[in-house]
Parts: sequence; C-alpha cells; structure tokens
Amino acid sequence: MNLFGGIDLGSSFAKCVIIDESGQMVSNSVSRSGIDFASTAKKIFDDSLAQIQKDADDVRAVVATGVGRNNCDFKVFSKPEIGAFARGSYHLFGGPCVVIDIGGQDNKVIKLDSEGKQTFFKMNRKCASGTGSFLEEIAMRLDLPTSKMNEMARQTHESVTIGSFCTVFAGTEIIHHLRAGQNTHGIMRGVYESVVKRVLEMATIEDTVILTGGAIANNPVLVELFQERISHSIKVPDRPQLIGALGAALYAKEYWENPTAAESP
Amino acid sequence: MGTIQATKKLKKILHDYFWEFFPQDGGPKPKVAWCTSVGPAELLIAMGFKVYYPENHGALLGATRESGKYIPVANAAGYSPEICSYLTSDVGAYKKGETPLTQAYGIPHVPHPDVLVYNTNQCREVQDWFSYYAREFKVPALGIFSPWKVGEVTSAEVRSVEEQFRNMIPQLESISKCSFDLDRLKEVVGLSKEMSDLWWAFLQKARHRPSPITFFDGCIQMAPAVVLRGTPVAVDYYKELNLEIDRHIAEKSWAIPKESYRLYWEGMPIWGRLRFFSDLLTRHNTVAVASTYCDSWIFESFERERPFESMALAYTEIFINRSEDAKEKILEKMMREYSVDGIIYHDSRTCPYNSNSRFGMPQRLTEKTQIPNLVIDGDLSDLRCFSDEQTHTAVEAFIEQLQDHKRRRPA
Repeated sequence: MNLFGGIDLGSSFAKCVIIDESGQMVSNSVSRSGIDFASTAKKIFDDSLAQIQKDADDVRAVVATGVGRNNCDFKVFSKPEIGAFARGSYHLFGGPCVVIDIGGQDNKVIKLDSEGKQTFFKMNRKCASGTGSFLEEIAMRLDLPTSKMNEMARQTHESVTIGSFCTVFAGTEIIHHLRAGQNTHGIMRGVYESVVKRVLEMATIEDTVILTGGAIANNPVLVELFQERISHSIKVPDRPQLIGALGAALYAKEYWENPTAAESP
Repeated sequence: MGTIQATKKLKKILHDYFWEFFPQDGGPKPKVAWCTSVGPAELLIAMGFKVYYPENHGALLGATRESGKYIPVANAAGYSPEICSYLTSDVGAYKKGETPLTQAYGIPHVPHPDVLVYNTNQCREVQDWFSYYAREFKVPALGIFSPWKVGEVTSAEVRSVEEQFRNMIPQLESISKCSFDLDRLKEVVGLSKEMSDLWWAFLQKARHRPSPITFFDGCIQMAPAVVLRGTPVAVDYYKELNLEIDRHIAEKSWAIPKESYRLYWEGMPIWGRLRFFSDLLTRHNTVAVASTYCDSWIFESFERERPFESMALAYTEIFINRSEDAKEKILEKMMREYSVDGIIYHDSRTCPYNSNSRFGMPQRLTEKTQIPNLVIDGDLSDLRCFSDEQTHTAVEAFIEQLQDHKRRRPA
C-alpha cells in the first residue's frame, strides 16, 4: 500500500497526517511544536507510522507546511499553509466555500471556488488579537484550562464586550471587568466573541464556511458563536486541527502521481 | 542575470554630491537648503542653494536598518511611533549626533541648513519634521501648502501653488544673497525635465518581457532623480544607465533567470527588507516590474519655457497627492501597461499617505481588472511593524494563487 505524509509545523502544535492512495486518513499525530521543529517533525511522523505498524519506506512522499515547514528535513517540498488548508478543506467538503482557520499565531480567511481554486486569502495583521495565542494568553492570565473557559462561555448568552484590539490590553480589560464584579461567564463569552469579531472583520463571507485550526478544535464554543453571526452554513471537520497536514499529505499524493504538476511554483 | 554596472558610478556620484556640502579646497561653504523630496528643488538650485533631502536620509536609515536604533530616541522625545518613521528615525539620529552618511561617504554630519523648504503635496508630516529643524538650527522653514487629494488638477490649483513659489523668492534671495534669475530657473527646470524623461525611459524598460530590471533596482537607481535633479550629473548618469540596460536587453540578460510572474508594487518600499523581497520573489520566478513609488520622480509636465507654472503643475499632480479615483485610474493604467499578473499593496504603518489599500482600492481594482492582489503589513523604516515569517507565507501563498489564476486565464 502506498502511503503519503503531510506535516504541519505550526507555531504552537505540530501535526502529522498519513493518507492512503484513496486520500483517506489512516493515521495522525499531534505534539507541541517545541523549540526544535526538525526533531518534532520526525517524532510525529514516527508516531503516526507506529500507530499503523508501518515504516518510513512505506511512505512515498512527505510534504511539509506551516511556519516551520522548511525545518522538516524529510519533505519532498514545502507549501505555504494557506494552500494546504485550502486543499484539505476542499478535499473534505468541496466548494465554493470560505475556509476560516484560527491557528496559534495567525488567522486565515481563504475563498475557494467550485473547482477548489483559491480566489482570495487574507491573514491577520501583525497582531495576536483574535488568534489561538490570544486565547492561550487569556487562559494563562486567568489560570483557567481551555475546557473550563468553553464551559463557562456556553452557560450564558449575555456577554461582556471585550473591545480592545490588543491581546495585552484585552487581558487588562478582562481584569477590569473581573474587579468590577461582572459576570465571569459573560466575560468568557466576551473573550470568544472578540475572536469571532476579529476574524469576521478580515473579509466578507459569501459562501459555506469551513472552520479549521487548533483554536476551533480546542474551543467548540467558537463554532456556536460563528453560527450566530453568519447566515451561511458552517461545516467543521472531525479533526479541525489536522486540515493543514491533510492538505500537505494530499499534495504529497499528487506529487507522487504527477511530480511536474504538483510542485511549488 | 544582469548586474547593473552603472551602480559603481552611482556610488561615486553620491559621494561627490555629499562632499559638495563640505568644500575641501578652501572655497566658500555653500548655502544649504533642505527640501522635501518633491519640493521646489529647481527654484532652490536656481537661487544658488545646495539642496539636501532629509527623506533620502530617512530611506538610508531604513535601508541600513539603523532606524531601529533611532526611532525609539524620537519616540522618547515625544514623537509618536505612529507618525512617519522617516521623521522619527531622522530626528532620532540627529539627537544622537549620528548618521550613516559618515560610514557610507565619510562626511562628518548631515549638512546644516540655512533654510528649510517643504511642500505638503506628499504629506502633512513634512511640516512638523522641518519645523523641528527650524527650531534646532534657528533658520526659517518655508512651506508650500498644496491643494490636497486633487482629482483632475485645475488651473486655479496650479495658480495657487505657482503664486506660493513666486512669493518665496524674496526670502530665499535674502538668505542666499543671490538674485533670482529667470533664465537660470529655466535652465534648471530644463535639466530636471531631461532627467525625468530619462528616468521614465529607464523604468519603462521593465515593460519588456522578460524584464531587464526590477522595482528593487529602481529603488537603488532612483537616488540621482531624488537628490540631483536639476543638474547635468543626473542627466548624464541616466543616459549611461539606459544605454547599459539596452545592452542587457540586446544580450537577453534579464533581471532574474526565469520570469514566470510579474508584479506591481504599490506603496512605499520596506527599505530594510529590499533584499528579503528581492530574494523571495526571485526564488519563485517572480519579478516586481513597476511601482508608483519609483514613478513619483517622473515630472512629465515640466516645461523649460514655463518654469513656474509647469513646476506647480508637476508637483501638484504627483500620485501621492491625488484623489482616490485619480489614483485608481493611474494604477489600472500602469497594471495594464506593465502586463502584471498581480499587485502587492504595502500598507505602511506610519505612512498612511502612501498606503493605498485602506479605502477598498485593492478590492475595486481586482474586480475591475481580474488581477489578484495581496496586502502586506509593514513600514517604510520601522521594522517593528513587519513580520518576516508572516509576510514570507503570504507572498508564497499569493504566488501559488497567481499560478492557479494564470493556468485558468484564457490566453
């Protein structure tokens, strides 16, 4: 059986997906990216193969994506994550669609036409506001696990507005609300709403939305909040965090099938 | 790949230009006017001033990445990080008593001004920038207040600027001790016009496919157009440069080995990252072939025989001073003329005047031309506003998008 690998070395987490010839995911692994992208990539690749009792020789090609993509030393080539998320999303849901990815350090809005071609993309400005890092920062400052933040946010429909564009000032704003005795559940809902607002400020939404990324995987309340603000339907993959790695694995498969057509420009 | 040999001569020309402020032969120290980059340089030259351009210094501070050292000094002195980083880096360097001109050309310090002359045609900041130095050096700062955001330039607008030029003469005469001479002004305007035509001819060589030059070449080669217009030195340099580029074309020596995609660069250069962009685009067989920034020193309207009126028109109709509609038309024309596959808009944090992505322009132009766009965040000099990694990813993803777009576009 021919296998293909996709490695997504993100700013917070590294993800590996192994697919078979039909494009089905047969294995995956997720780990903190850490400080050594190269060894993390190797580790998650080995983990994925161990789960299905295969070894590297069974994998015909590996493509890397994500911020650390060029640190993966067993890739055939690398791809920017915009294309990888687009490729993975289109594979699962088709098009036209708008992919919204909320990752550790950046957000992406990617528009795909009915053929899966990218017609537009936008990344967040040089600012962590509205990204997964923002949620991690708030969780750390309030000493709350993400699961608890989600739970609290889901227990109310009354949110406290977090208006700041800046992660640090948003943290200060939250402390202010806490000291003023505001409802803590409402504050948590406001935190998540601020993420949704920041993302929806990036571009107009004209089609079905696919939500991906680690922040979506770890904060399901975000899906509900997006649904409240978007009139189009929303689709969420079973494993939102793995879509970039899936896209990279699909590139690897295409490369194996037709090396000249699939590589980077 | 064609390395531009004339650049060696450019270094010598600039060396000589800066040393003329500091005569070594015992001759009299020239009267020095500081002038904004699209200010009335011709008038100042005609009246005997040696002209220095602080924006050129700002660009040099950015290109040498020294600005990061000086901007915080100006910030601490009350100049906001949100205002022009040419201004803050220049003021910071002044406060520290340092300049990269010392290392580059050996001059002891920036030339001290006898008068400061600005034109608000490019931005509001120049007024406060020059006013700072007027206080420091205790010399007058004279301003031309241009009509702003003009659409089609009207004769009334031109007359207003022309009158301001003329009204400046008595003060300039009293400072330079040199009487105004209309024939000398005509001569200088004539030289600027000749230089401008040659500079335009250089930039237009990028219309050739593949292109023999890039936007980044333009950022280097533009120095004489900025600091030596109105002089025969600039005219001679561009004649030589154009001959060399014509040779490159004849020899099929292109800017990059394989040109697959052509881009338009809109907005300010990111001076401290010219090499970053040049290398990144080259790796992806992509050339930035044109920009409104380099075109800003084309003064098509200069006329030797109508120096005041033509200067007023030329300096009022510059791109940065135009209305959104006028800019949109100019950009559309340029994108078609240079056959670009995509356009990158640089949203420069501290230069709102030359960031044209803030009022829906990219969306409108892409809809009209079907040419994809990318907006990147950065700054002309303040690299704290720029993310290498994020920009790297965005540019690579954009080139992938261009690849798809090109495949599907009818021939």
